[in-house]
This record gives sequence, structure tokens and C-alpha cells, in this order.
Amino acid sequence: MNDESTLRAGEKPSAYVSAVEEHTSVNTAPALKGAGISASSRSAIGGGISRFLASRWLGLGAAIAALALPLISSSTYVIQIAVDALIFVMLAVGLNIVVGYCGLLDLGYAAFFAIGAYTSGLLSTQFGWPLIATVPVVVVAAIVGGLLIGGPTLRLRSDYLAIVTLGFGEIIRITANNLDFTGGPNGLYGIPDFGDFGLRADIALYWITAVVVIAAVLFSSRLGRGRIGRAWRFVREDEDAAEAMGIHTYRVKFAAYIAGAIFGGVAGVLFAAHQTAISPPSFNFLWSALILMAVVLGGMASTPGVVVGALVISLLPELLRDAENWRYLLFGLLLIVFMIFRPQGLLPARTGEPGRRGRRAQEGAS
Amino acid sequence: MSKGKVLLEVRDMAVSFGGVRAVDGLTFSVHEGEVLSVIGPNGAGKTSAFNCITGFYKPSRGSVTFDGTDITGKRPAVIAASGIARTFQNLRLFGDLTVLDNVRAGMHVRIRQNFLDAMLHTPRYWRGEDTAAEETHRWLDFVGMAYDRTTQIRNLPYGEQRRVEIARALARRPRMLLLDEPAAGLNHGEKDQLLDLMRRIAALGIAVVLIEHDMGLVMEVSERIVVLSYGREIADGTPAAIRSNPAVIEAYLGAEDEETRAEAERIAAEAGSRGTAEVEW
Repeated sequence: MNDESTLRAGEKPSAYVSAVEEHTSVNTAPALKGAGISASSRSAIGGGISRFLASRWLGLGAAIAALALPLISSSTYVIQIAVDALIFVMLAVGLNIVVGYCGLLDLGYAAFFAIGAYTSGLLSTQFGWPLIATVPVVVVAAIVGGLLIGGPTLRLRSDYLAIVTLGFGEIIRITANNLDFTGGPNGLYGIPDFGDFGLRADIALYWITAVVVIAAVLFSSRLGRGRIGRAWRFVREDEDAAEAMGIHTYRVKFAAYIAGAIFGGVAGVLFAAHQTAISPPSFNFLWSALILMAVVLGGMASTPGVVVGALVISLLPELLRDAENWRYLLFGLLLIVFMIFRPQGLLPARTGEPGRRGRRAQEGAS
Repeated sequence: MSKGKVLLEVRDMAVSFGGVRAVDGLTFSVHEGEVLSVIGPNGAGKTSAFNCITGFYKPSRGSVTFDGTDITGKRPAVIAASGIARTFQNLRLFGDLTVLDNVRAGMHVRIRQNFLDAMLHTPRYWRGEDTAAEETHRWLDFVGMAYDRTTQIRNLPYGEQRRVEIARALARRPRMLLLDEPAAGLNHGEKDQLLDLMRRIAALGIAVVLIEHDMGLVMEVSERIVVLSYGREIADGTPAAIRSNPAVIEAYLGAEDEETRAEAERIAAEAGSRGTAEVEW
């Protein structure tokens, strides 16, 4: 640390000016130094695995696999389960923005899912709108829901938010249960799909869902890495310090909450199309809890982790079908075991130098 | 004694907690590019004054003007964006994040990027991110942070964390930097480097306001010293003038009799001559 050479940058009084002016000049030495240390501190195999997990190829591979699934197996059962799993992935990456990136504990996330599904279901069944036309209205409805609940509570610290969102989730469900135009306890049925495009209807819906969910995963991951994503993390780590750096913490939290609401709302549209019938029990507290579990199980703030977490949570009960009545007991036990042995999540968020420069440095080091 | 025009003007500022008047009618000013120390016994209201200036406390009375604009009671983020950066007495870094991301926090308000840029990775996104990455390394070089910059902050030694916190504040490109006890917990070598760093920061034209208990460091680096006691300013002057000011000596030692005062003066003189030696009043 007392190394003289590290102080060289400041010897000239003009350092401030040059730091300010020379945006474009490239000085790769520190990046290589940083990446070199981190790369050599990992074993070659571990480094290889973590580089692969961070690489764009992983996401691309997963996206291709998701799109190719109907070509591999087109049984109605597989497609049905796969659509459920994809919708669950979308909910998980949406909640990851709120809980993982920004650290706001939301226990009523299913409320936005319900708002999306009901808005879309009502407009399509009562007013005969094509499903795709309901999407902009769903986005607006999700934003309004987010404003109503986030506005008063995001000024408070996170514990209060958890309690209020828990109540909000139940209010939405009970309201849907008691109103006539939402169909009361019977809910809405006969919700159309997006059209079959000359394919088997469920496969067409699968591909539409896959495209939307892949875009959602990509966008949530990219949001997390950009300026707003960093601000979310700063707020999660220390609100006062973030504020002292000029970050308007209230607005930043709001942005996270609204972004999460939009993801949840759009997932609701897919859910309505997939189920063709929705009713209040589809949006109970268990949903909110399971989505939150997917985020925590996979690794908070880590997109690959959250996707894997969501797949585990949604597919594990299917894989345990043979255990019949013991299914959910085993499911719970497995989750407990996971959390004991991987408390940081299955694929926790990585550190490292982000951006093009980090990638260059890493390729140079490997 | 003072140079440039007045940058920060604090007038009759007061804040109290319950019945305790932490700051009670404080008035002082900071000039452009000056190195000013705020000293005073424990509980004199130094950190409370910092918190009032930076918006973390709302002053119950008085005004704070920065560069001609009234910032009294504004949100900390607004005050920070107007050009005041600070560090905290007990480090407030983002523990789980990397060194690089911590410093990038200072650049948040300058990076132009919206949701669509981030989602679609537009050319503007890459321009902003590349520029920020570049500047982050420059500031870390400036403060002499030589460790792996991709590690999480909480894995760094304490002295390095202090450097990163200053780099983060500098990345805000402030016109005034408030340092709250930056030498606390540093060893001798690190204190010497801090002294050098503060001088280099001042050379960039940034006004430095320092709260510090290490009198050697204060006497060495300050152009002017403001002394607080019970939330008020009791003295304001050059290090030499402060060192021999009877009111200051009394505030620190409660010294009435000649003998104790002579002792205090001896310690002060010694602190001045020993540079950054550790002499706590």
C-alpha cells in the first residue's frame, strides 16, 4: 500500500483536469492489474466455470434451449409445465429487481401478477379486446398499482414495506373475490390466447411466452448492470451513503418497485392466456412466497441464479410427482437443505469488472 | 488568510436532539479552494454541523448557503448534486459491492443513461459506461489504492477502505469535500499519505473541510481552523493563532490556572513542530 508508484497519478496538480477532460483515452494498466489478481486467485477450473456462468454464451444457450423445446418434445404435458415454468421465471426476475437489486422486501408481489391477469382478462372477455391490445393497459394498471402502494411506503424503511405489501397482496385478491365484475369467487373464464399462427395452439403460446420471458430476463439483467442497477444496489447497501453521492433514494426505490410491477403485470397476461380461466385463489400469498423463495434460493441479484431458482421451484414439485402425498413435504425439506448448504443461493451474484473493459481484461487474463 | 470568494456560508445554524443543543448558533464560512479544519472537544457538535450542512439533519434555525444558493434543509441528494461531497466518521461504503462500483457511485449524477439505453445497450450506454470505468480507475490511482479493484469492499483492510471512500467522494467531482475524521484508525505511514492526499486534493481547487482529532495533522494541513465548543464557534484563525488562543485551551482543558495552560501550550507547540505526530488534546 505504501508503494510509491501507485501515487504517481496525483503528483501533478493537473490530475483533476486530466481526469475530467481525458474521458476517451484508454489506460488499461489498472484493469489488467485488477483482473490479473482476481483471475490468478481462482483455480483454473473454477475460473473457467465462473467465466462461463458470466459469459453471454450461457444466456444465449439457455435462450436457444428454451426456444427449441417444442422441437424436442411436443407432448401437451411438457408444454404445459414449460409455460408455467417460464411465467414463473419472469415473475422471479421481476421480483429480483425489487428484492435482489434494491433490497426492498416485497411480500405481496402476486398482487401485480393478479392486476395483470385480471386487467387483461376483463378487457378480453367483457370488451372483446384482442389479448395483445390489453398489454399497454396492463402496463399502465401495474404502474398505477405500484404508485398507490409504493408512494406512501417507500419513504419508510424496508420492514414497513414488507408488512404493507403483504396486506396489499391480500387486498387485491379479496377485492377480486368480492366484486361482481371480476366474477367474484368464480373468476373470469374464456380468456382468449394470442392466436395460433397456424401452429398447435399450445405450442404457439409457448413460443410467444418464451420470447417474452427471454426478453424479460435479458432486460432485467441489463437494467441491473447499468446506471439505475448500480443505484439500486447502492440503496440496498446503504441509503445514507447513496444519498450523500447525489442519488435520490426515494426515486430510485420507486423505479425498482415500478419496474417489478410491470414485469409482474405482463407475466399476468401470459398467465391469463395460458390458463384461459383465472380466479382469486390463483393469486394467494403462497404465490408471493414461492416467487420470493425462487429469488433467495437462486441467489439474490444474480440473474442466472434467479432463473435457475425459479426453474427449481416450479419444476421440482413435478419431478416429485411420484412421491404423491409426500410431494410437498419433500419439496419443503429439499428447500431447507438447499438453504443450509448454499445460503448465498445456487448461483450467487459475481463480482468482477463489468462492461466491455472487464470482458477485455478477462479475455486477456485467460 | 483566506483566498477566493466565499463558497459555503453557515449562518446562526442550530439543531437540537431532545433537550441537547448539538449545534447552537454556529456561524462560519469556507472559501474556494481552502483547507479548513473544524476542531473541538468530543460532543462539540462538529459531526452534527456536517450533517446539517449536507442535509442529513434539518437545522431548526439559521441558513446554509453554498455558492450563492440557499441549501438549508434540502435533501442530501440535492446538496450532493450541487457540489458538496463528504465522507463519514464511521466508513459508509457499500460493503457487498466491488471497489470499482463503490467509486462509480460518485459518478451517478453525471452519467447520462435512461432505462432504454440500459436495456438495449445503445452507443450512449457504452460511451457512459466506458467513460465511468476509465474515470473510476483514475480516482483510485489518485488516492493510491493499489489492491485488487474487483474485490468486495468488505474484504479490504481498513486503511484501503478509507482511501476508497475518499475516491468515491472525489468521483462526485465536488467543489467542496467534507472529511469527517479521515485519520481515525490510520497508522503513521498512512497518516503521512493522507496529509499528502489532502494537499493534492486542495491543489485540484477543491475546498477541503476537515474534522480531525489528530492535532499534528490539523496544524500541518490547515490554512484556517474553526474551533467549536458546545455547538458554537469560539475561535477562528490560522493554526498559529489557534494554538495560542486562551479560549481554545480552556475549552479543551477547562484550564483556569496558569500551570495547566502552560502545559497545554507546550503540547500544542510540540504538536505543531512534530508534523503529523499523534497528539490528542
